[in-house]
Amino acid sequence: MLDNIVNGSFAGLSYGCVYAIIALGLVLTYKTSGVFNLAYGAQAFVAAVVYWDTHVRHGWPIWLAFIFAVFIISPLLGLLLDRVLFRYLRNASPTARLVTVLGLIVAIPQAVEAFWVHDSVLGDAAAVGIVPNGTVTYHPFANVALSRDDLATIIVTVIVAIALTLLFRYSAFGLRMRSVVESPRLTELAGVNSERVSMSSWILCSALAGLGGVLLGPLFPSISDVNYLTLIIAATAAAVIATLTSIPIAFGAAVLLGVVEQILYFSLPTNSTLFSGLRPALPFLLLVGALVLNPRLWRVPTIADPLIGVEPPPPEPPEASRSRFLRNGTYAFWTVVLGIIAYYLFFHAAFNWVLNATDAVILSLIFLSITVFTGIAGEVSLCMAAFAGIGACVTGQLVAQQGMSGIFAALVAAVVVAIVGIVVALPSLRLSGIYLSLVTFGFALFFDNILGPQNWMSRSGNPFQANDIPRPQLGPIDFASNKSFLVLCIVFFLIAAGLVVLIRNGTTGRYFTALRGSETAAASIGISRTRARMTMFGVSAAIAGFGGGLVVLRQQSINLEANFPAFVGLVWVVLVVTLSPRTVQGAIQAGVGFIFFQVVILNQTVPWVVNHVQPWYTMGVLPQGLFFVIFGLGAVTYAKHPEGILEYNTRKSMEKIQHRLDSWSARGDRQGDGAVATPSEAAPVGGAS
Amino acid sequence: MSSLLEASGVTKTFSGIVALDNVGLDVAEGEKVGLIGPNGAGKTTFFNCLLGLLRPDRGRVVFDGKDLTRIPTHRRARLGIGRTFQRIELFAGMTARDHLLVAERARRGDGALWKDLLGMGRPKRDELERVQATLDLLGLNDDADRPIEALSLGRGRIVEVGRALMTEPRLLLLDEPSSGLDHRETAELADVLRLVNRERGAAILLVEHDVEMVTQLVERVFVLDFGTVIASGPTQEVFADANVRRAYIGDVV
Repeated sequence: MLDNIVNGSFAGLSYGCVYAIIALGLVLTYKTSGVFNLAYGAQAFVAAVVYWDTHVRHGWPIWLAFIFAVFIISPLLGLLLDRVLFRYLRNASPTARLVTVLGLIVAIPQAVEAFWVHDSVLGDAAAVGIVPNGTVTYHPFANVALSRDDLATIIVTVIVAIALTLLFRYSAFGLRMRSVVESPRLTELAGVNSERVSMSSWILCSALAGLGGVLLGPLFPSISDVNYLTLIIAATAAAVIATLTSIPIAFGAAVLLGVVEQILYFSLPTNSTLFSGLRPALPFLLLVGALVLNPRLWRVPTIADPLIGVEPPPPEPPEASRSRFLRNGTYAFWTVVLGIIAYYLFFHAAFNWVLNATDAVILSLIFLSITVFTGIAGEVSLCMAAFAGIGACVTGQLVAQQGMSGIFAALVAAVVVAIVGIVVALPSLRLSGIYLSLVTFGFALFFDNILGPQNWMSRSGNPFQANDIPRPQLGPIDFASNKSFLVLCIVFFLIAAGLVVLIRNGTTGRYFTALRGSETAAASIGISRTRARMTMFGVSAAIAGFGGGLVVLRQQSINLEANFPAFVGLVWVVLVVTLSPRTVQGAIQAGVGFIFFQVVILNQTVPWVVNHVQPWYTMGVLPQGLFFVIFGLGAVTYAKHPEGILEYNTRKSMEKIQHRLDSWSARGDRQGDGAVATPSEAAPVGGAS
Repeated sequence: MSSLLEASGVTKTFSGIVALDNVGLDVAEGEKVGLIGPNGAGKTTFFNCLLGLLRPDRGRVVFDGKDLTRIPTHRRARLGIGRTFQRIELFAGMTARDHLLVAERARRGDGALWKDLLGMGRPKRDELERVQATLDLLGLNDDADRPIEALSLGRGRIVEVGRALMTEPRLLLLDEPSSGLDHRETAELADVLRLVNRERGAAILLVEHDVEMVTQLVERVFVLDFGTVIASGPTQEVFADANVRRAYIGDVV
């Protein structure tokens, strides 16, 4: 037993050290830019790939590859991110920052894979090493082995940690970095070029990510973006224990986490459920535990920029600038367009178009959960895919094992997932903003890695075969055919959309707006935050779970990995939030866009164009990664238009049309009678549409 | 007159620093009372203890015969304590009318989710009428349907008073309402408060810096200095007291 602990402690040191580097980078980025950079793991991944590619594939010497990856490519990446993205986010809301970072988590690894390595796993990283003869081991005690790689990692980490602490505490540059986070504008008034300070800190932090990425190479059996995503969870746990401020605490916590993980690895019997379950779950449990139990994270007052008053007031909602005539006109227009599409789908289209349309409708329904959580309640949940996945599993199990009717099973699944949602909400009641998002992210990865793969969750006795989950029947109506199932999905979507609009315009929606405005003021008039929070989790989880159930009925099998991986959940959030988080139209646009952009633009149109304009290159289907890169980068627009680009553009074009209508009717007025709707008539009080 | 609010022996320390030491205060039904003191005297700490945002180490707060010690903040509001904030706290994206409406809805406590889902969440006629009555009382009609961001600080304060009024408070707690306001706005606010006290019968506890506003508005004051009550009584008498002048206004006068 003691042997195991000693052994584990030494083996864990090098893991802990890499966690520490990443955790330091997270804390430093947060302290110097106010961005909780969840994409930090992705940055580390880039450096690891560069190192592997130059050193292994192209045979560069270790020192050259190391310098190239850590001191050239990584800082350049940091510079690029700052210039292209984060400098526009200095004064943006925390949600805007979070959404942008989510876009990066998705886009960076996918871009690397699509354009560079063409493979998501680079094999045999362990043999690479970071120092010459890295695998040579020493034995400081009996039964304890430390390789030269391990030693190098530990030494480098300690040096980096000391250097960073000194820089931050005692240098003028460190002082400037800290003040820029508090208020970039105030710092500029004090004569500091805050642009340059932020840029430097991004470069520094990115280099640190690169260092972590390269050092981690030998510790993983292979270099894959998934490893780097889970790495970020361990590091985040350490950073959260340090309340995102203390570098020494983050360092200590990260090292301890690595050591505990390895001790468990050595001491637990390899065939026990504890080994297969607890050890990989440890970082998630620690992260959630650290978030929930650290009282300094409860109700943190968000850093308010003292110069926030410089910002112009937010724009009015588009309804306010629209007359009744124009609104009815828009509804009529869309009814006609949808009618034509429906006619085509039902009478002329091939069956795969019906299936695509069904996918789009179901996805739109799932996206309504994001409308509730983010659009109405104003928080960001990163576990909607997990909720949908649980709904899928429950529906599938009930239909396959109990022979329940599909519709009924999906409804039961909605209730079950709502309860799961409330259970997730309970420990995080005191958290909000980025910390709440982190809890949901922890849950999403926990579901992805631990819960989802369990047989009792996603498999019946035998692995599910295609078509072993029958489509539902409702009395005499059979929804086995694709077209009838599409109709069923549309009906469910309309019901769900109607309920979401009722919630938004009803008391619950008003309470949420009040809570978003000021929690203390809402409490002072008797609005319960706890109850609102439960409602938010319960309702959105139920919608996502029901949607997940429909996916299973549509595909007639449970397929978690293809439909509901955690990172797809991130894409969903980015997509809905950047389009229009508050409106049902936003959910539809996101759902339809997600499916049709992939099917029509990337897989058909682009290759068709390429193959027809030039004779010398034949293009098949575009890489899937590119698709996620484009949606990931869509997050960039959110900083400029927090109401969503869809809502922004709608307002712009509506204003234009309204302006023209007004000038027409003004001309009519001069000639005779005719009334223009005044703005107060157009937007009836208390009844925002 | 019986006491509506009675705080006794309220003590609060922050890591060794005694912010409040055995503070007692009472407000009768419909009365206008002031709590004054120099900066750092513990006014805001005491205020937060009354509201449940802080839990006192010792002492108790009784409102209308009920001990408030273990009652959470949002439930205190429903018992009939309304408040405004020193740093203005309004709901971004809502109009003044929305502010009052949401408070009216919260007072009724019928915000159940199932009612929304059945389409019963729209504002009802009598709710709108009550909101309109309060807008009339406060003279907010001109600004009722403008986004709250467009209002001046002074008007925003009055919206805060209106929002608090919708919960039908028997006691209105006002935390330095005149801070940031100019003379004209302060006078306007004092007028509104007097009107509210007369028309709605709500008792007022005013925590304030501005001596002018206190002398104009309240009947009785408590003076807090270094966490203890150094004087209390009818306003004019207290301001004549030499200790108070020394602590609050300074030796010069």
